[in-house]
Amino acid sequence: MRQGKNTETLAVGCGAGFSGDRVDAPGPVVRTLIERGGPAAIIFEMLAERTLALAQLARKANSELGYEVLLELVLRPILADCLKHNITIVGNFGAANPRGAAAMIHRLARELGLRVPRVAVAEGDDLSSVPCRLIVRNALEGGLDERRFVCANAYQGAFAIAEAITAGAQIVVTGRVADPSLTLAPAIAHFGWGENDWDQLAGATMAGHLLECGAQVSGGYFADPGYKDVPNLDDVGFPIAEIAADGGCIVTKASNTGGLVDARTVKEQLLYEIHDPAEYLTPDVVADVSDAEVAEVGPDRVRLTGVRGHPRTPTLKANVFFDGGWLGEGEISYAGAGAEARARLAMEVMQSRVGRDLPLRFDLIGVMSVLGDDTDRLLNATRVGAATDVRLRVAAKHEDAAYVDRMLRELTALWTGGPAGGGGVRVAKRQRLSLKSCLVPRERVPATYAFV
Amino acid sequence: MNKAEFVEVPLREIAHARAGDKGNRTNISLIAYDARHYDLLVEQVTPERVAQQFAYRKPSHVMRYLLPKLAAMNFVLDDVLDGGVNDSLNLDMHGKALSFHLLAITVQVPVAMQVQTTKETA
Repeated sequence: MRQGKNTETLAVGCGAGFSGDRVDAPGPVVRTLIERGGPAAIIFEMLAERTLALAQLARKANSELGYEVLLELVLRPILADCLKHNITIVGNFGAANPRGAAAMIHRLARELGLRVPRVAVAEGDDLSSVPCRLIVRNALEGGLDERRFVCANAYQGAFAIAEAITAGAQIVVTGRVADPSLTLAPAIAHFGWGENDWDQLAGATMAGHLLECGAQVSGGYFADPGYKDVPNLDDVGFPIAEIAADGGCIVTKASNTGGLVDARTVKEQLLYEIHDPAEYLTPDVVADVSDAEVAEVGPDRVRLTGVRGHPRTPTLKANVFFDGGWLGEGEISYAGAGAEARARLAMEVMQSRVGRDLPLRFDLIGVMSVLGDDTDRLLNATRVGAATDVRLRVAAKHEDAAYVDRMLRELTALWTGGPAGGGGVRVAKRQRLSLKSCLVPRERVPATYAFV
Repeated sequence: MNKAEFVEVPLREIAHARAGDKGNRTNISLIAYDARHYDLLVEQVTPERVAQQFAYRKPSHVMRYLLPKLAAMNFVLDDVLDGGVNDSLNLDMHGKALSFHLLAITVQVPVAMQVQTTKETA
């Protein structure tokens, strides 16, 4: 990528939309970017809210860990090509340990016999230190329970990443940054936008928003057979946004892949996890899509225009995680004649033996499950039927693992002490993390970058 | 309404939707396949009807944002995810499936404006 006041379109591809995304997805994206020629970058969004808290726990257990566990698998197939063809890599795969991730990338480059890449880390998101915790404590409603505290991270923006790219970084490893900032950063570096170029910042932010969930804009999370058909969903291609100097973009996808990009996929993803369309808040800008338009301009090519930008807010969002006790889930299946009646009887047995001490959520999978709520209002309103393949699921949470353990023992005991023909018992217990969010003054938590 | 001129169809026949979560809040977009149906969506899929459809989840607030240039609207339902992804006991702790609960709402569509879904033309 050449830096500074360019007018040539910048192509930004997406290599991952969450931690655990398909590791064979970035290959076709990189190949497409190379064939296209011209300035390009690829982003990796691999850091859901909870993923970072889990990474913090992993780092506490081993100080060399705490970055994305799939990092090597994701980068190995594409690292040489990206470096050779000047495709900037930006990813939040640093998670709780960006420097650990950077060290891994250097190891990988050595192993592949590549020239030492210029790797930068973007930092300033981690607010777990004692002085930063004070800032969080002041911002957090209800105070900060130190005994249960796990980690706190602010959502940083694009400018520190952009500075790193301008300073020559080929790869920028970040911790917590706003997802669309991963895309906005290379656009800022490429076009030389200023801090107050609100419309351009907002346009590229929404391009980033369209990219940040990987296949969700190119046919994933979309297919509804007979209504919204998607070709070759098994090989769905990951998206690429061609960003123009005015911040507008055309969304497309990797060549020779399945999936589709059309007005419908782009509209769905444009509004995904958006509340007020006139005020999409990021650390970089307040984006306004209330007058945005999409137009199909070619096969698998959709143009997004009309995004406006407004000045960024004086605060940054921070996520604070606490120990959230234990979650227990147990399941048992009933099939054949009378299955639903037997599953419902098993439910009554669990309620009678455990439900008085511990609130239970019930699902009758095959009758009523995920649409229901935790107090089973919808399940209780569902007419008793005669379903013949029903799986009872019982879920509960408690600070004390002993309560959850007892529930799971009782579920297991349905095997011999429950209704006839019950089989396929599975039980699982997991530690939970609970989340509180707050707003911290941005000047108190500056973003930084460093070459490593 | 004159029965001969209108037909009652589930929203799924004329619109598509996507659910997303942030904390204990879900947003569900509703997008007309055919922009000509947008006005009837605005008229019939009101925040009140959506609140009614999700009443069992006791939303504390339902907000509807209109996006006429996309023939779309965005519903934001507060406090419907049992605390959200980190607290809910639901298998679907994100509420991903809720878009199809919205699409189960029925609307009255003028017979003359009935769409041909891909299913009907297939």
